[in-house]
Amino acid sequence: MSTERGRIQISGFDTEDIDDQDPLATASELESKEVESRWQKIVSNIVRDRLALGGFVVVAVMGLAALLSQSISVGGVTIQPLSIVPYDPTETAVGARYAAPSLSHPMGTDRLGRDLFSRVVTGGRYSISIGLVVTALAATFGVIYGSISGYFGGRVDEVLMRILDIVFAFPGLVLALILVALFGGGFWPLVGAFALVGWATYARIIRGEILKVKQNEYVLAAKALGARDRTVIFRHVIPNAIAPVIVQATLSIGTVVIGVAALGFLGLGFDPGTPEWGTILDAESDTLATGAGGDWYWWATVFPGLMIFVFVMSMNIIGDAVNDALDAQVDDIGGGG
Amino acid sequence: MSLQKFILKRILASVPVLFGVSVVTFALMHITPGDIVDQLVAANPNVPAHESARLRREFGLDQPVWVQYLNWIQGVLTGDFGEVYSSSRDVSSVVLARLPETIILGLFGWVFAVLIAIPGGIYAAVNKDQLGDDVSRFVALSGISIPNFWLGLMLMAIFAVRLDWFPTLDPQTSLLSPSMLWWLILPGVTIGTAAAANMMRIMRTSMAEELNKEYVTAARAKGLPERTVILKHVLRNSLISVTTVAAFLTASIVAGSVVVETVFGWPGLGLELIQAVHLREINLILAITLFTGFFIVLANLLADIVYALLDPRIRDEY
Repeated sequence: MSTERGRIQISGFDTEDIDDQDPLATASELESKEVESRWQKIVSNIVRDRLALGGFVVVAVMGLAALLSQSISVGGVTIQPLSIVPYDPTETAVGARYAAPSLSHPMGTDRLGRDLFSRVVTGGRYSISIGLVVTALAATFGVIYGSISGYFGGRVDEVLMRILDIVFAFPGLVLALILVALFGGGFWPLVGAFALVGWATYARIIRGEILKVKQNEYVLAAKALGARDRTVIFRHVIPNAIAPVIVQATLSIGTVVIGVAALGFLGLGFDPGTPEWGTILDAESDTLATGAGGDWYWWATVFPGLMIFVFVMSMNIIGDAVNDALDAQVDDIGGGG
Repeated sequence: MSLQKFILKRILASVPVLFGVSVVTFALMHITPGDIVDQLVAANPNVPAHESARLRREFGLDQPVWVQYLNWIQGVLTGDFGEVYSSSRDVSSVVLARLPETIILGLFGWVFAVLIAIPGGIYAAVNKDQLGDDVSRFVALSGISIPNFWLGLMLMAIFAVRLDWFPTLDPQTSLLSPSMLWWLILPGVTIGTAAAANMMRIMRTSMAEELNKEYVTAARAKGLPERTVILKHVLRNSLISVTTVAAFLTASIVAGSVVVETVFGWPGLGLELIQAVHLREINLILAITLFTGFFIVLANLLADIVYALLDPRIRDEY
């Protein structure tokens, strides 16, 4: 790349150096310190705020329990040997049909005598892992898309934003529902559907931030020194515009968890009998119809829903704490959707 | 920029979006493997090959995709959405029959949300960082976090089945009769809860922000009663930020209607969509999705116009 800028001859350094600079070199030492303190701030905020700490503990316990509930093997190799739940979540008749909660079945049993506690604990696997993967994919793509749009501006921005408007014209859940209905259910189709629906929010948020950050003199300085667009975007612009994206990502895990469960409840996404929270609710929802005189097997519908509620609530509490720590002012939209 | 010019500009900007929505919807239906004829054949394996070819010709499925799109969009623009294959009904008549049910449900949800959120948000902002604020924040957070299908199931189990306060079967009476209200309350509350909670949080934040501004101090200093300061001055300004998210909340109510109508067996568009999805009724899915998209674009447009009315500075940002 030429270092000539008009009539002013710039010499004495190589632009490649700016592009390929070691991140630990003197110039970026300040920057990395700033990032570190931001994460420290989030952590200290969560620890100080007892509610947020509680939320974090709940999320950690539920996530770990789901991970350790059953052994996991990939391609015949066991990578997680533990099975901490008392019964196999898919094994029928481990107790009586619709046995009330007791010591041996803390959440009772379902219509086929399966242990609800085992099913509900294992059920976290589907929603939580999909929530995490979707958020990672959607945030990555959305951030790149929104950054390009905001950084280059002009006609590029105009076109990319119109495309975004089209995505926003579909309510997320409806689009995900149609995608899953057309392409079938299962883990990866669900991830794909929710990621396709979710990226647009990140794109819009980061674009707005980048329009603000772009005005800063250090961006101008980096450009003037001849750094490539890619370097300016990834090293200077995005790190300074990322705070609201982190907040949105924290809040959206809960939204995806609810969305996955909603599709499960609508009978889409998973095979019937899968111990997924929404699918369990779908299978057991007819137990509600038993009238005032009959027995109401309340545990069959209360516990699966309660698990979703508690998890999402904890996630949102963490999101609020992260928001306070970063002072990012994200108005979270969606949630229950 | 004058208001008229702003409105015109926004309407024109919506046209390519609507076009895009129709293309995306149509494309979605046509990149999936298998068409309606394959499905009819699968249901009845004795259909000979020339018969399915004839059916394809009849449905126009033997033409290139872009011709199919043009045929379809031409029909849509004249109000013809094709027919429901399984029952030979007209798609547009099905949509029109279901639409009022969904509108009434959504409207009830909206009114419920506003009635809860505005006073709740004011209360929380005025009592910021006190016990009342903490409690209302916790309630709002719960409202966002609760899955609406589970909330609906629980409300139904408690208030309709156990306590028998509300009926839950399909409403058979006319939509505008007073007894409809009894059928509406449980699904309406379910659909409005998330929107109410979201709106309440936004109301609280924007109101707390407004309360710190200097004009509030000035109004208090000149001796205005606190009530007047809050309701006459602060409330009006904080409502502006609530309108900006109103369109998002409408989208959340529309999405919620799919789930909530299924929970309560409410005979609206959402329930129809779920049934269409299970039967792979492509024309019906296309029509309902397109309609939803159109409605949300319209809601966005309206929200922008209201915003521009309330805050003239916005008009120049477009």
